[in-house]
Amino acid sequence: MIELMLPSWLAGMLITIVSGPLGSFVIWRRMSYFGDTLSHASLLGVAFSFLFHTTPFYAVLLLIILFAIGLNWLESKKQLPVDTLLGILAHSALSLGLVVISLMDNIRIDLMGYLFGDLLSITYQDVIHIFIGVILISTILLYQWRSFLFITISEELAFVDGINIKTTKMILTLLLAITIGLAMKFVGALIITALLIIPAATAKYYAKTPEKMAMLAILFGMLAINGGLLFSIYYNTPTGPSVVVTSTLIFVITLMIRRQ
Amino acid sequence: MTLLVSLEHVSVEFNQHRVLHDISLRLRSGEIMTILGPNGAGKSTLIRVILGLLSPTTGTITHAPNLSIGYVPQKISINPTLPITVKRFMQLYRPAQDKEIIKQLTRVNAERLLNKSMQQLSGGEMQRVLLAQALQKEPQLLVLDEPTQGVDVKGQLVLYDLIEQARHHFNCGIIMVSHDLHLVMAKTDHVLCLNHHICCSGSPENVANHPEFISLFGQVGTNQLALYKHHHNHEHPFHDNIVLNNMDHKHD
Repeated sequence: MIELMLPSWLAGMLITIVSGPLGSFVIWRRMSYFGDTLSHASLLGVAFSFLFHTTPFYAVLLLIILFAIGLNWLESKKQLPVDTLLGILAHSALSLGLVVISLMDNIRIDLMGYLFGDLLSITYQDVIHIFIGVILISTILLYQWRSFLFITISEELAFVDGINIKTTKMILTLLLAITIGLAMKFVGALIITALLIIPAATAKYYAKTPEKMAMLAILFGMLAINGGLLFSIYYNTPTGPSVVVTSTLIFVITLMIRRQ
Repeated sequence: MTLLVSLEHVSVEFNQHRVLHDISLRLRSGEIMTILGPNGAGKSTLIRVILGLLSPTTGTITHAPNLSIGYVPQKISINPTLPITVKRFMQLYRPAQDKEIIKQLTRVNAERLLNKSMQQLSGGEMQRVLLAQALQKEPQLLVLDEPTQGVDVKGQLVLYDLIEQARHHFNCGIIMVSHDLHLVMAKTDHVLCLNHHICCSGSPENVANHPEFISLFGQVGTNQLALYKHHHNHEHPFHDNIVLNNMDHKHD
């Protein structure tokens, strides 16, 4: 039993290290719809990987990064309101992914697994991928923390202080994209954003500084993953939703404790 | 007196709509320049050009080499979900000890705000904290965009005194947008009256009598300047600012 859940557990713990701080930024910068769009696009990546016989991991990562760059560019064009733009892209990417997958009738894919995460599908190979990704992301995150925080508080003040706004925004977006790509197999394409924002939203009630909020978000995220994994194993429920439900439970309990 | 920033025939257009037209100005250290103008006159756009946030469509802007700029925006809106204290905000510029930050905050009478959340500050408190963070890097050029918006009259007086002190302390050049004619004028060396183009500019005395100024601001503005003159008990010699090191400028 332990051997079966160990890779998943490791993957979950590793992802939380970066999803906590990045989730905080998603809340602060109101990027949750942006996260949704990227995660929905990851299913399109899966579809392409089957179409071109490549590893899903790399296809998803590549597509998500391209999407992030494209979104950044479209956003700067200001042709449509951002939420409209994201709404169009999120759902068309998801739908296109599903259509492409169902057109390939020679392949059988566990669609549920990709949409909602599959506990047993995580291999040690995936854990290594995630490990490398998390090291990379957290290094950049630590190195760029002040810049990320500064542009979130005031872009103008950050600029006057010599921070390159466009580059910094792009790096933050890319980190978010890679995190979503890494987490996709674990929680599934539909609900990655929940993994990002619920622990961070919970942490908000206990933190006085942004750093503390990020750390607490990691803690709450880990708690949710442990709870969700156990639930998923004992009751044979899909991993992603179980983690999200646990996460929400923690959020609600926190809220009630704070009310008293 | 080093030249800090100069604009030569700067024009800015947004979608073929001309916001600024043929603006030329120069600011030297120790000088205060006040930009006046009706709403939508392009004042904030001009500030953005001076800061380098916006490139002019035509014309050139030159900053002194390695110019350090302190900027006090009209307001900043921090997302309510972002927990941040005044102390942590002050540390954004560079990591600093409590003692150092308290010193910076004391300069603007805001030391008791150290552990307060940024989102809980009143308008006046916020502006003082923003001024403290702008002064943190000992700027050569201080740029303020309507620094007293949403601040009560007493707070406005305090802020303008603090800005005046900053000029003497750092011998910095100051450019600010302001509507508080009666408070600002006494301390200003140059007034620039803006309505997409420069309507008139010069010393407060000259601008007050300029027909374009009167037509823009009407009798109210002119009266405010008259009021200022009435309280004025000395004349400003040219570039008096380097001679004066105390607050004998102060009006009451």
